[in-house]
Amino acid sequence: MMRHLETIAIPVGAVAVSLVLFGVFITIAGANPLEVFASIYRGAFGSWFAWQDTLVRAAPLMLTALCTALPARAGLIVIGGEGAVVVGGFCAALVGIVLNGVLPPLLVISSMVLVGALAGGIWVGAAGALRHYRGVNETISSLLLNYIAIALLNFFVVGVLKDPATLNKPSTFPIGDANMIGAIGESSIHWGLGYGIIVCVALWFLMRRTTFGFGVDVVGGNVRAAQLTGLPVGRLIVSACVLGGAAAGIAGMIEVAAVHGRANTSLNAGYGYAGILVAFLARHNPIAIIPVAILLGGIRASSGVLQRAHDLPDATTLVLQGLIFVLILASEALYGRIPWLQPKAPPKEQPVMQAKEQPKEQPA
Amino acid sequence: MNGEEVGLIGILFAVLGGAIRVGTPFLFVSLGECLTERSGRINLGLEGNLVMGAMLAYGISYISGSPWLGVLAAAGAGSLLGLVHALLCQQPRVNDIAVGIALMLFGTGLAFFWGKPFIQPTAPHLPAISLGGWSDMPALRAALEINVLFIIGIILAPALAWFFRTSRWGLNVRCVGESTEAALAMGLKVNRVRLLSTMVGGALAGVGGSFLSLYYPGSWNEGLSSGQGLMAVALVIFARWDPVKCVYASLLFGGAAALGPALQSVGVTWGYYLFNAAPYVLTLAIMIATSSAKRRLPGMPGVFSNVK
Repeated sequence: MMRHLETIAIPVGAVAVSLVLFGVFITIAGANPLEVFASIYRGAFGSWFAWQDTLVRAAPLMLTALCTALPARAGLIVIGGEGAVVVGGFCAALVGIVLNGVLPPLLVISSMVLVGALAGGIWVGAAGALRHYRGVNETISSLLLNYIAIALLNFFVVGVLKDPATLNKPSTFPIGDANMIGAIGESSIHWGLGYGIIVCVALWFLMRRTTFGFGVDVVGGNVRAAQLTGLPVGRLIVSACVLGGAAAGIAGMIEVAAVHGRANTSLNAGYGYAGILVAFLARHNPIAIIPVAILLGGIRASSGVLQRAHDLPDATTLVLQGLIFVLILASEALYGRIPWLQPKAPPKEQPVMQAKEQPKEQPA
Repeated sequence: MNGEEVGLIGILFAVLGGAIRVGTPFLFVSLGECLTERSGRINLGLEGNLVMGAMLAYGISYISGSPWLGVLAAAGAGSLLGLVHALLCQQPRVNDIAVGIALMLFGTGLAFFWGKPFIQPTAPHLPAISLGGWSDMPALRAALEINVLFIIGIILAPALAWFFRTSRWGLNVRCVGESTEAALAMGLKVNRVRLLSTMVGGALAGVGGSFLSLYYPGSWNEGLSSGQGLMAVALVIFARWDPVKCVYASLLFGGAAALGPALQSVGVTWGYYLFNAAPYVLTLAIMIATSSAKRRLPGMPGVFSNVK
């Protein structure tokens, strides 16, 4: 239990410090920080209307966060969520257009989910495979794949696959109203939120309760040790990337099937990049991603209220997100260094020999 | 001379001019990233420096009336962001790539926040030098309108190469980037060398941003950068950590980015967006072709090597 104390106290502390710094920033900018915080709360969680907006924004964030979180457990920093959203959404839309009217909606939606996941999985899995088998830096390759995905989307959406009826925003033909993912009950929240939560829980189970997840964590902890114990390192790395990419691909599918009804450039709205922040805030734990995505979705949803009530630019929430991100990363340095957060091991269980923490500047 | 020939030459000049105009920000961010990486740190957040530099340069130029003061401010802001990056990264267990992503978000957020009032007004631009006066072809003359910042960048690249190769400080930077242990054995202050390299690298990225807002496209808005700062890391891999090759890489990327619009101007619209992807596909292809799981890339600083 004490071990968990640290993993909760430090991120919460980091968020608290970033809120204080944000308050200072807001004061300098000439607004009342307490009123601004109240507005953020109001815009994010203050009413049923705000909650709906927040949850709709949180759904894709949960899935794109997994795209960074799963590879991170295997020791890779992948920032290719945006590209996976785009290819996943685009391929899902193609399937929807082709199967529209041919199959019953339930089967069309299922095929869209499968194809979206497959496309996203291949896209990010490629970055993982290139890393393991060719030594190509996965951060850079996944970044390049983002740009390539967006260019391909533009090419097809403006070119051969364009619906002539969409003049202002070139888009593909619609997937058909019958094949759309509906809303939950009377709310404006679509079932994409359900998809996000299910995928997060399923992947949490996979990562924390199966030998596969354990293997991935070993690879992420120490590749050499994983190789020596005979783990299939390459397969684990690529699988983690494929699963992450598949999650982001489903996010794209949801954007198409629940929001836009067709594929267009709204797919690269930055959910992939915001997911990176969610993953790091949740410390790459799939179950922690759910509340963090809701928190981030809330902050992003409050942007409009801040503009209207305080005349602050819409970039205000971007500053807050950046501050939180920076401080969360900085707080990594505190683990194991705050005495009162350390677990008290009974004296007899103390290890005989302890690996010494090496300060960064000491020669190994 | 028939029409087709004029079109072809027109494309050539448009691409040449575009390579220089679009390539200049690439040149500054890649030189900055090159310096930072040679000291053994990766700063993925130069996009933040670039956008911050663009905003501040435009704002200061508008307020003070002097674009050069704007460039200076951009360099200052860039080095501050670099300082934050360096200070965070020298803490234990703090990952430099993740910090880069975070600072990119933070930097662009700040720039958008403070930049709102500068979207409308027009600020004085940086001057250009006409090198094409001898030619009677307007297309060539337009292509050879060279901005002073580009010339500074072109001089800076060999200067940086010389710095790495012959100066004592350059040797220190290389040593720190090659092996932390060796640098410590030499009595170097590893963190301080990396801090200074990241600050100067960040300043260069800020200057690259000032080119965007003060020359081409020459205004400030939130969609100004199309990810030039993000590409810095890829460019440096492309250029094999060699400042002089950064010039070629930047021109190549600038030219590739200018190809689509140039073709569009003569009526070729097919594949406009595919040409947009050309630089990224090219970089990826080169990375795949030259990387290996068994040896490190030629020119790569030793501390990045994950193969022993």
